[in-house]
Amino acid sequence: MAAPGRMRCMYIFNRNGVCLHYHVWYRPLTTLSPQQDQKLMFGLLFSLRSFTVKMDPTSNNKGHLGVPQLPGQGCSFHAFTTNTYKLSLLETPSGIKIVLVTDPGMGDLREALRYIYSNIYVEYVIKNPLYVPGEHFRCELFNAALDQYVKTLK
Amino acid sequence: MTTIIYNLFIINKSGGLIFYKDYGSVGRLDTNDSLRLASLWHSMHAISQQLSPTTGCGGIDILEADTFVLRCFQSLPGTKFFVVAEPGSQGLDALLKNIYDLYVDYVLKNPFYEVEMPIRCELFDLSLTQLILKDKAMLGSR
Repeated sequence: MAAPGRMRCMYIFNRNGVCLHYHVWYRPLTTLSPQQDQKLMFGLLFSLRSFTVKMDPTSNNKGHLGVPQLPGQGCSFHAFTTNTYKLSLLETPSGIKIVLVTDPGMGDLREALRYIYSNIYVEYVIKNPLYVPGEHFRCELFNAALDQYVKTLK
Repeated sequence: MTTIIYNLFIINKSGGLIFYKDYGSVGRLDTNDSLRLASLWHSMHAISQQLSPTTGCGGIDILEADTFVLRCFQSLPGTKFFVVAEPGSQGLDALLKNIYDLYVDYVLKNPFYEVEMPIRCELFDLSLTQLILKDKAMLGSR
């Protein structure tokens, strides 16, 4: 049996919190149902965003905790690490959030996330005439291209 | 070794803020905001454990943002220490361990200190400031 690579799972959310895609490579522990898990993940990202905007030490604190932030407004975080996983986030100006959960030793994934967005998500999903924006999608070509790209990240 | 610390928070087991000191950020947080941020951090630390793909997660250790890096240390009884520093700072891990040592010596061993209550120990403040400014002085002497 092949050893698991460094990838664990990936989520794609739109600006309304709808989970457009959930991709799993290796996830031995799932404490909640998929819907709850996705909602919790989105909620965590939302709260962390409010937290970083308020915590920003280089700007005079204006704005209140809990106010939804526009993408690009205020300081945003791009990754956090725990002892069992590392979570990397990319938020595009259109509000699409791509979240990659990997093992903790992984390096900076910002470039990889940008590649996944512009060369895999945009190419295979957005440009697909059958795709309805704002809905969950399942696309074989997307999955194949993603798996292939992710192998090069190890 | 570039270690520019912006501020330090200490949170008790239940998520309440017991110590907050600002060492150089542009806008010092007022009391209400610092309390809210501390509780928010406590909750997010717990939620991140639930979202772990494998067992044994101990919560967020490092948070990397555009303009700062946040490093968190959780002691065995559950007290959390976190520092906000400049991106690219080295040695935050060791700094947090030193801060924990100072906490144990000047706060926990203080017979007048009530556990879980806000910290009001002068010697703790003084030794913390010395520890943090010592790093700054090392940087300035280059």
